[in-house]
Amino acid sequence: MSAGPSAVRIALVYPDLLGTYGDAGNTTVLAQRLRWRGRGAEVVTVHAGEAVPSSCDLYVVGGGEDLPQALAARDLGRPGALHRAVEGGAAVLAVCAGLQILGTSFVGPDGTETDGLGLIDCRTVRGRGPRAVGELVVEPDPASGLPALTGYENHGGVTVLGPGARAAGRVRSGVGNGDGGDGAWVGRLWATYLHGPVLARNPALADRLLAWVVGELEPLDDGEVDALRAERFAAAAGEAAPATRRPLDRIAGLVRTARRP
Amino acid sequence: MRTRAAVAVGAAVGGLSRRLGRGGGSVIGGRALLALEPAALARLSAGRSSALVSGTNGKTTTTSLLREAAGTIGPVVTNVQGANLPAGLASAVASGEPGATAVLEVDEAWLGTVVDAIRPTVVVLLNLSRDQLDRNNEVRSLAGSWRRTLAARPDTIVVANADDPLVVWGAGAAPRVVWVGAGQPWTADASGCPACGGHVAFAGAGLPAGAGWACTSCWLGRPALDVRIDGDRVIATDGTATTLRLALPGRANRANAAMALTAARLLGADPEDAAGAMAGTAEVAGRYRTVAVDGAEARLLLAKNPAGWLEVLDVLRPAPTPAVVAINARVADGRDPSWLWDVPFERLAPRVVLATGERGRDLAVRLRYADVEHRWYPDPLAAVRAGARIARAEADGAVDVVANYTSFQYLRARLR
Repeated sequence: MSAGPSAVRIALVYPDLLGTYGDAGNTTVLAQRLRWRGRGAEVVTVHAGEAVPSSCDLYVVGGGEDLPQALAARDLGRPGALHRAVEGGAAVLAVCAGLQILGTSFVGPDGTETDGLGLIDCRTVRGRGPRAVGELVVEPDPASGLPALTGYENHGGVTVLGPGARAAGRVRSGVGNGDGGDGAWVGRLWATYLHGPVLARNPALADRLLAWVVGELEPLDDGEVDALRAERFAAAAGEAAPATRRPLDRIAGLVRTARRP
Repeated sequence: MRTRAAVAVGAAVGGLSRRLGRGGGSVIGGRALLALEPAALARLSAGRSSALVSGTNGKTTTTSLLREAAGTIGPVVTNVQGANLPAGLASAVASGEPGATAVLEVDEAWLGTVVDAIRPTVVVLLNLSRDQLDRNNEVRSLAGSWRRTLAARPDTIVVANADDPLVVWGAGAAPRVVWVGAGQPWTADASGCPACGGHVAFAGAGLPAGAGWACTSCWLGRPALDVRIDGDRVIATDGTATTLRLALPGRANRANAAMALTAARLLGADPEDAAGAMAGTAEVAGRYRTVAVDGAEARLLLAKNPAGWLEVLDVLRPAPTPAVVAINARVADGRDPSWLWDVPFERLAPRVVLATGERGRDLAVRLRYADVEHRWYPDPLAAVRAGARIARAEADGAVDVVANYTSFQYLRARLR
């Protein structure tokens, strides 16, 4: 990694526990967007069992399965290095299980309420319906100035915000927190149910996180990402209109019954 | 009597489906069979030897190799069309001659059901890793269900990959296990110990090279090997050393062949005969097939998840041979292609990559961040033709085509 004295240090927290949905890609995106602008970036990968440094500029906490999520919450500690980093002004991106861990409590693998880190005033309970799985489109909080966000969600939790937190955005299609909002935005901490990974599909959010660390950045040519975004917004609109989706899914369902590769 | 009547109806329905052009017919025929006689799979399997092959990657190839190897001792029936759920299995077993050895690929989530019905002679467990992210959100729970099933089967011999902690957990409670050092370069799904939740250390990353793996908190570790692979040789602790002469490329296929060879020996095959029979397999359901495209040679490869990609990256021809990569995200692929970010596509540089498939734009963005030179084509066949042009102009006329499940089926049907 090309690091210099002024290199931005990006911590990837426990990818072996919280890396099920390609969320490590978020650090790839952050680091590359700095390098393409001629700035230094250093990715600090912190594996389970290792100490999380409190000195990084930006932390990425991803999604994972129930047991690893509980292990990650236990190891991060309350208070721990992440609390010190946030107090020191570090930016945090938390996705899915990461969002749940940063809240006050979530549902552990044995179904009981488990302590989170308490960095966000929210708690996550088990949803009554089926898992939320599919394309998710979010209109971010207007105060963020960000364009619509696209991603994919896959979770069984319902996240209830307390008075000390506000949603990072409103759900245009998909499920998100379960009450019409998605995630939470507190200071320099952005938490969301969007993966995909979220920063690959939403470079404006990546640049916002980076701007919190290094100040405003010059734009990049994101034409290729814009084409992907247009395609995904159209796909999400199609998923939201059942009449246009059903025939294809019935055929696809037959494939699934026949063979799971 | 009831089973025989159900088999006849199932075969008739399957045949009708084929004649109507609705598909291979094995699944719908098998469904009719199971609807009329739910115990058909168990009854049809009674009194014959059988081997089931399961795992995330390599099922079809290993089943195909084992079919060849087991064929050296007698007739074999297999689900060669790859229909690997109970309906397809029932149809396959019903189609063969009575008493033929059954060699069957089984979906990893259905292994328990099928093992309980068939009571197989041998079960081959290859590997477990993330696949179809939208559906299999708990790969660890699959290992747990394997474990419960196999613990209760004293008559079944399990041939298991000792290098995959999830497989070791799944097989480890079975009364009779033959451990094969089949390798598993992808470790990201097994770093949390399946026994205690602790941290699993792997050779080269916390453990010395050759040490395999071990949990840092509990007793779970790589079992002592009964069979190991040394280059092209498969060496068993009984002193037998067999040289593989595979036409199939790559480390993963040597591992698949070692698993198949071990299972074939347990079914009664002579190892040299089995190795000879497997050597003749040059392609499996289109995988590794080479086809002529506009004066270039295109080789078809399947990779549908990060573990599979790690193996394929080692098989690809070096630059300047271009690579066509086709990605779909239909139900059979998994609807969520986030796994593209778990593949070290950086290793494709300095090749030129032609990105295509229904999710080719996701791939293009991934390649951009990997600093890999690439072009996007909406039409997979146009991408292959573009790859062929580059192959003729800048390489030695060869192009590798890597696709995930449904995009592979699409290309395989059109490139002959």
